[in-house]
Amino acid sequence: MRHEYLVVAALISIYTTGCAEQVSHTRGVYMLLDTSGTYTRELVKAQNIINYTLSQLNPGDSFAVARIDTASFSEKDLVTKATFDPRPTTTNQQKRHFRVNFNNFVKDIHPSPYTDITGGILQAIEFLNETGAGKKTILIFSDLKEELDKGYIRDIPLQLNGVEVVALNVTKLHSDNVDPREYMDRLDEWEKRVAAGGGTWRHINDLERLENIFID
Amino acid sequence: MFENTLMIWPENVAMSVIVWLTLFMIVLYIARGPVHGIISSTSRMVHRAMRLAARALMQVEHRLTQRNREVLLESGKEMMDHQIAREFERIDSTVQRDLAEYPALQRRLLELVTNIDEDYKQSSQVPPDVPAWDKAVGAVARIPSRGDPMVANILENIHDSLQTANSRVLTEYRKATHVQHSLLKRMLPYWRNVVSALQQVDRNMNKLLLRSKTIDRHMENYENLLHREDRAMRMLSSSSLTQFFISAFVLLIAIGGAMINFNLIAHPMQEMVGGISYIMGYKTASIAALVIILVEVAMGLFLMESLRITRLFPVIGSMPDKMRLRMVFITFTILLILASVESGLAYMREVLAQDEAALRAALLAEQSTEAVLSQRWITTAAQMGMGFILPFALTFVAIPLESFVHSMRTVFGIAGVLLLRSLAFLARLTGNVFRQLDVVLVQLYDLLICGPLWLEKIIINRRERVVIEKATEEPEAVQKADTAEDIKTQDKKSGGIQYEDPDFVSPLTPAGESI
Repeated sequence: MRHEYLVVAALISIYTTGCAEQVSHTRGVYMLLDTSGTYTRELVKAQNIINYTLSQLNPGDSFAVARIDTASFSEKDLVTKATFDPRPTTTNQQKRHFRVNFNNFVKDIHPSPYTDITGGILQAIEFLNETGAGKKTILIFSDLKEELDKGYIRDIPLQLNGVEVVALNVTKLHSDNVDPREYMDRLDEWEKRVAAGGGTWRHINDLERLENIFID
Repeated sequence: MFENTLMIWPENVAMSVIVWLTLFMIVLYIARGPVHGIISSTSRMVHRAMRLAARALMQVEHRLTQRNREVLLESGKEMMDHQIAREFERIDSTVQRDLAEYPALQRRLLELVTNIDEDYKQSSQVPPDVPAWDKAVGAVARIPSRGDPMVANILENIHDSLQTANSRVLTEYRKATHVQHSLLKRMLPYWRNVVSALQQVDRNMNKLLLRSKTIDRHMENYENLLHREDRAMRMLSSSSLTQFFISAFVLLIAIGGAMINFNLIAHPMQEMVGGISYIMGYKTASIAALVIILVEVAMGLFLMESLRITRLFPVIGSMPDKMRLRMVFITFTILLILASVESGLAYMREVLAQDEAALRAALLAEQSTEAVLSQRWITTAAQMGMGFILPFALTFVAIPLESFVHSMRTVFGIAGVLLLRSLAFLARLTGNVFRQLDVVLVQLYDLLICGPLWLEKIIINRRERVVIEKATEEPEAVQKADTAEDIKTQDKKSGGIQYEDPDFVSPLTPAGESI
């Protein structure tokens, strides 16, 4: 009888050990789209990136797309989001809906006067932490030129532990062309901010090689 | 800094080195006795320890060899029992079948013999004789007519009558002969039937003789086993090795089949158990697919056991026939259900693949694959077929598994014996090396202090000369000289001992034999 108890205890311990799997294998991706000024014309490229990202995500992963406008630290700026179902067929349906939602957004987009990138990143951190994803990625589709409205305070340290920040399609402004140091300084500044927050920084301008976005 | 402190004369390095070397040599010379003792005792200790270890290993090897022999013998006996029992079963079934036919065969043979006998009797009837009066008529017919026309007429009539009678008799004779011939002809199939029946009996007897020869051969092997003959043991050992490698090869093939099966159902299993949960770092869907395959293999094992094809679980083999049949039915039903589930999952896999391909094409604006999709039913059907057949194919893995398990004991036993022999050899080799190392190290040590030793030798020789000179004057001095000579001889001997190890055993020689 004692042996039976031992066997049952061993089985329960194995079961609980297995069920107590706390490491998350899912991925969370938050994409920030710059909608300020002339950058809205670049959004066609963003569609390709989103389609590629959708094709790479698996059941259980989370994906959200948000716009960067005057005040980006808000749920209202979320264009569309989804946490994919564990079942692959349902996941595929969700991906199709996601794509349709984003296409509708691109059709009715209005340029914003200011660019609150920091607010968007803060919102992204919040979203990614809530998903509990094991791998967290923030994609910033912007020229990285932050322009804040009066009264907005964004001098806040970013908490980016375990988050990978990928800057995509960082276009050169006219002023960058006049003085390229501005462009380089801008990139350096963001890299330093991300590194200071505990995150990792990558910069991809060649959108022909989308496979470089997610490197596991 | 340290080099500078070592320099006695910093301006003369060579001198400093010579002084240090001299001091070093003096120290080594003073410590010569204890160092020799340490070297000798250490080498002896290692040598003895290694010898003990080797002896212990050889004892274990001997026990393991005995145990292997017993296991091999038992498995051989069991195999022979099974083969002999099977041969007897075959003989029994042959004898029962043929003996059951023997009354009918005997009756048939008797009928045939009776028919032949009757026909023979009928055929032996004498044909009708020529009428007896023909001789009298013949005599009358031979009377000369002498020209009498009446007599001639009478004779002519007699001649005609005789001709008529003759032809009638001849006809009857021919008829009787024809009847005899037809009777003899009718006997022919009877003879053939008799021959055929006797040939059948002969064939049956030959079969029995062949079976009996096979049994004789098995019995001879069995007796050899009982007498523990080396030839029988070698045959069993060789057979086990062959079985081990063949069954391992077949098991590898089965593992390949199981892997294909796994890939077929792992992805669609996500639809059932979800694709995001993990157990011990592995996807739950993958584990579920693996469990299904393992359950199929287990059911296959039970099915084979219930059919008494394998004998891995004696409990199942010794069940009552009714219970066994129930187990056959239950395990087969479970296998059928699992095969159907796998077939469904294989179909789902194809559906998922198509859905994912369509989504990918829509997202990445890839070219349409409609032309290929029109032929997709072939792969779908193939996958479903594989999903259904593979579980049943995996059932047969029980047969090589049984051979593998049984032969594994023998193979591991042989490997263990070889390992133990090699270890024992290494232990003895190490021990002997250490023993010889004692002499080498002592010689090397003495080489380092060759200068002081040379001086010592000169001093001793001088002393000896003095002692010898004194011995001529004092007899006691001679005694001392003898003692000094004895000591010197002993020293020489201690530096040149040749060791012989009576227990040295090569791993290639059989257990118990020493070189």
